[in-house]
Amino acid sequence: MNFQTISALVLRYLFLYTRTPMRMVELVFWPVVDLVVWGNVTVFIQKNTNPEFGSYVLFFLGGMILWDIMFRAQQGVAISFLEDVWTRNLLNIFVAPVRTIEYVSATFIVGLLRIAVTAIVLSLISWFGYSFNVFQLSWWLIPFFLNLMLFGWSLGMISTALILRWGQAAESLAWAIPFFFQPVVAVFYNVNDMPAWSQPIAWCFPPTYIFEGMREVMKTGSMNWNYLWYSAALNIVFMALAGWLFLWILNLTRKRGLLTKFATQ
Amino acid sequence: MPDDSREIILEARELTREFDGVKALDRFSFKLHRGEVLGLLGANGAGKTTAMNCLLGLTLPTGGDLFAFGLPLHQHRIAILQRANFSSAYTALPGNLLVGQNLLVFAKIYGVRDPKKKIAELMELLEISHLAKRVTGQLSAGESTRVNLVKAFLNDPELLMLDEPTASLDPDIADKVRKVVRKVQRERNIGILYTSHNMRDIEEVCDRVIFLHKGKIVCEGTPADLLARSSTNSLEDVFIKIARDGEIIDEPEKEAKP
Repeated sequence: MNFQTISALVLRYLFLYTRTPMRMVELVFWPVVDLVVWGNVTVFIQKNTNPEFGSYVLFFLGGMILWDIMFRAQQGVAISFLEDVWTRNLLNIFVAPVRTIEYVSATFIVGLLRIAVTAIVLSLISWFGYSFNVFQLSWWLIPFFLNLMLFGWSLGMISTALILRWGQAAESLAWAIPFFFQPVVAVFYNVNDMPAWSQPIAWCFPPTYIFEGMREVMKTGSMNWNYLWYSAALNIVFMALAGWLFLWILNLTRKRGLLTKFATQ
Repeated sequence: MPDDSREIILEARELTREFDGVKALDRFSFKLHRGEVLGLLGANGAGKTTAMNCLLGLTLPTGGDLFAFGLPLHQHRIAILQRANFSSAYTALPGNLLVGQNLLVFAKIYGVRDPKKKIAELMELLEISHLAKRVTGQLSAGESTRVNLVKAFLNDPELLMLDEPTASLDPDIADKVRKVVRKVQRERNIGILYTSHNMRDIEEVCDRVIFLHKGKIVCEGTPADLLARSSTNSLEDVFIKIARDGEIIDEPEKEAKP
């Protein structure tokens, strides 16, 4: 793996963000809209219910912020790839000495940078606007972020693989795929409160453990370490599966001669 | 004719590519020598693009072997691409970046030492120094082609693949592009695989030409040779004749037999 190649690809994305401020707006705008909506709902519920329940609903904000971390990580990978499709630059990249792992690593780093920007903005707004301090999760935040980021990257690779296979017709998947998982990973409610049949499904996905863990930390100040281990182990499985799927489809597009059609369409 | 003692930098052996049972390339073999410009010609659908895509590793052949610098292409793709480059009228550098930014990114990808100096030199050579701070997407076709060529020359390639580099250019700019390509190619002894539908390109730039028809080589030689062997007055007429009839004006296989 050549780190100079990865840094060159990341530099390209940085140029892109500095050249097109609208992308920065997109990076911040939607998360802020989400936060304001959930923040206002939280305040409304706090004012109209008993104090105990009022403090409970802060989970909404925690869930929303952590969900956005995962979503931004997925977007970092999928949108970075789509940028090359939209600008008809994909062919230039594929005929340059760029290994697949270098290309994917660059999109991961872009995902990480997107997360950093989003997390900082959301943390500040939730602190000043709604008195919700995300840092009350203390050091747990680091493994929470890492696990959600890993799952976001896996989803990003899956989205990219599907776009590679089905072309720009599948572009909407870049936005939709994380939302397929939202109902089952218990972002805003406990797994125990989900229908019984869906609970075993929920425990198959790494984010479920993180959202459950977040609620436990917010409630008790500590967390069952097993949540982190299960999440990390499942993330390894998902990363391996997503990486395999991406490489398999990339190879398939080369075999079928679809890559050039897709790159120049 | 090419000097066969020169190093072979690109070779296809019996290259075959089928799409749903139709052979886009049928046992296509050729050699490109160092310092040689080889034109790959044929009508739309003749197999040029498929050949180029196989050579670039974008499409996997269903049969045959490919070698560059003596190395099997698919096993040494990255090492080979480090010594090669490509430019096409049908690809673009990201339109929302400045020209200088795009070129800097590719210079870093190719590991160019002192990339800013290299970019400045090449932009001067192609007479586009004034474009460095322009938005790539706002360039004219001629400017865009020359920027793509700067990108293609960034890593001092030993092997260059140019896919219709003068497509959509006016005659003046096309002439400038041809002259620059020829100048750089001679100075640096680059082997170039060149596809074009512009016969003026082929006559001026190519040392040798391969005509493809339905995925097969139908004739091969220098532009002057082909013209002399044909019953037509221009290379363009040769092109039209082959495109319409697939007529072989030269049968190297028969000549080779005792």
